Amino acid sequence: MAADYVEWLRREGRIVIVGASLAGLRAAETLRAEGFAGELTLIGDEPYEPYDRPPLSKSVLLGMASPHHTELPHRWEIDAKWRLGVAATGLDPTAKRVRLADGDEVEYDRLLIATGVRARPWPKPEEARLDGVCLLRTCEDAADLYRRLKAGPRRVFVIGAGFAGSEVASACREMNLPVTVAERAGAPLVGALGGVIGAVAADLQTENGVDLRTHVTVTALEGDPAGRVRAVHLSDESVVEADVVVVSLGSLRNTEWLQGSGLGAGPRGVACDAGCRAFDFRGIVTDDVFVAGDVARSPHALFGYQFLSLEHWGNAVAQAETAAHNMICHGAERRPHLWMPAFWSSMFGVNIKSVGVPPMGEQLMVTQGSLAERRFAAVYGYQDRIVAAVTFDNTRWLEFYQRQIEIGAPFPVEYPTMDRRPEGRQPVDARFPDPSLPTHGPMVTLSGYSPADQQLVFHPARH
Amino acid sequence: MRLVVDLNKCQGYAQCAFLAPDVFAMHGEESLIYNPRAEEEQRERLARAVAACPVQAITADGLDRVGEVREAPDGR
Ligand SMILES: Cc1cc2nc3c(=O)[nH]c(=O)nc-3n(C[C@H](O)[C@H](O)[C@H](O)COP(=O)(O)OP(=O)(O)OC[C@H]3O[C@@H](n4cnc5c(N)ncnc54)[C@H](O)[C@@H]3O)c2cc1C
Ligand code: SF4
Repeated sequence: MAADYVEWLRREGRIVIVGASLAGLRAAETLRAEGFAGELTLIGDEPYEPYDRPPLSKSVLLGMASPHHTELPHRWEIDAKWRLGVAATGLDPTAKRVRLADGDEVEYDRLLIATGVRARPWPKPEEARLDGVCLLRTCEDAADLYRRLKAGPRRVFVIGAGFAGSEVASACREMNLPVTVAERAGAPLVGALGGVIGAVAADLQTENGVDLRTHVTVTALEGDPAGRVRAVHLSDESVVEADVVVVSLGSLRNTEWLQGSGLGAGPRGVACDAGCRAFDFRGIVTDDVFVAGDVARSPHALFGYQFLSLEHWGNAVAQAETAAHNMICHGAERRPHLWMPAFWSSMFGVNIKSVGVPPMGEQLMVTQGSLAERRFAAVYGYQDRIVAAVTFDNTRWLEFYQRQIEIGAPFPVEYPTMDRRPEGRQPVDARFPDPSLPTHGPMVTLSGYSPADQQLVFHPARH
Repeated sequence: MRLVVDLNKCQGYAQCAFLAPDVFAMHGEESLIYNPRAEEEQRERLARAVAACPVQAITADGLDRVGEVREAPDGR
C-alpha cells in the first residue's frame, strides 16, 4: 500500500514548497530531476524569483553586480506554479493545507518548509525606523545600502562583527568610507571561529583602517529632527557620529507562521530527523512535512547527533536535495542528510573557509602557515578528535582536513608537516565565548538533543 | 545569463577569471568575486570558464550540463 502511495504521489501528487529561495529552488529542481510528474507549487513572500544572497555583501557592495540581478540559474526545468509576493500564514497538517496571507488555501500531499531566516532588527522600533538604519538580508536591503554607501556618508557604523558585519566593513573600506564596527565580544568572528582566530580578524580590520570597538554594546541610536540617524551611543559612554548604521546582529528563524500547527518549530528553527522529516512538538516524526535550509535544525551523525542549525549556503543546497529525494521515494531508498558543514567568506581580500563545526572545538592548533602572516590552516579539537578546520588564504588544504574530520582523526594532530611553526606545536584554548550567551551570527548553532523546541525563548542582546 | 559559483568547491585557481575577466575577478590572493548576471555577449567566454573550472564549481543557465557546452566555432 505504502509503495503504491509513493508511485501515485510521483505521478499525480501535489507537492508544495514554502520559501522560494535557494533551498526551495534546489528542492524543486531535484523533484523534477528525479521524476516527480505531479503538481508543484512554490510559495514565497518576496516578490522576486529565487536569488542568491552571498553576493549581496560581496560583489554587489563592491559594485561588480546589481543587487537586483543575483537570480539563481535554474539547473532543471521545474514547471511549477509560482505564488510569489504572498506569505504563508498558517499550516494545518491534519487537513494538509497551507494558509496564505491573501486568504487563499493551498492543499498538499507533501510539504517542504524552506522559509529560512531574516535579519534580526534593531530591538528599539522607534530607533530602527530612523532613516539610515539598515539591515542586510534581501536584495532590497542590498540596493538600499549600496545607494547609501555610494552617496558618500561621513561615517558608516556597523553593529555586530560577525561575517556579514565584517564583510560590510570591508566593502566600506574598499570604497574609502570611514567605518566604525562595534562588537560585544573581544574580537570579530568570535562566535563562529573563537577568540584566537578572532584576534587575527581584528588585526585585519584595524590594519585596513576600520575603527574597531570591542567589548562594547550600542545603547542608543540618535536621530536628528528630520528623522535621520545622526549618532550612535555606546556602553563605554562614547558617541560616534554616523549617517549610515548597519545592524548586523544575526538572524531570526521564519517559523512564526507554523505557530499552532503542532510542529516542533520555534525560535531555533524546525526540528527534523536525519531524513529531513519534521518532528511534531511531541518529538514524533511526521511523514508528509519536510524541512531544508537555514530554517532547519537537524541531527548530525558526525557531531554526536546534536541538532545543528546551519546558516550556510552549501547546507541549504545539500539538504534541499536530500529532502526532495526523500519526499518522493520509498523508505529503503531514503538517504540521511550527512553534509559536512562548510562555509566561505571573504573580507579585506582574504579568503576565509571552514569545514566541520568550529564552535564545538575546545582547543586549536595551527597546523600550517602562521597566524601572523594571515595565511594558515588551523584545526579545532574536541574530546581528542578533530571536529573542524579553518583556513585563511589556504583553501587547497581544506579537503585534507575534511577527511580528517570524517575519519575522526585524533587531536592533538600528530602528523609532521613541511611548514610547522613553533606556534602550532601545542594546542591552545580556542577561546569561544560561553555558549549560553547568544552571539551575533555564529552561523552554526549547536542546539542540543531535544526535537521539541517550542518553549525556548531567545533573549536578545543587552543592547 | 544567470550564474552562480559554489564557493565551497572553488579552489581559487583563477581559470575562470582568466577566461572571462568581465564576469569573474580575483579579489586578493584567492577570493573569487563575480557578477551573477553575465551579458549575453559573454556566452562563449562563460561557457569556456564553466568547462575549464577544475572543480565544476560554476553553474550557468543552459551551460552547466557538459553536453551543452559549445566550443567556440573557430576553435579560439
Ligand atoms: C548578505 C549575506 C551573505 C551571505 N554570505 C554567505 C557566505 O559567504 N557563505 C555561506 O555559506 N552563506 C552565506 N549566506 C547565507 C546563505 O545565503 C543562506 O544560507 C541561504 O540563503 C539559505 O537559503 P534558504 O533557502 O534556506 O533560506 P533563505 O535564503 O532565507 O530563503 C527563505 C525564503 O523564504 C521566504 N519566506 C519566509 N517566510 C515565509 C512565509 N511565511 N511564506 C512565504 N515565504 C516565506 C523568505 O522571504 C525567503 O525568500 C549569506 C547570507 C546573506 C544574507
Ligand atoms: S575556475 Fe573554478 S575553482 Fe578556479 S577560481 Fe574559477 S570557480 Fe574557482
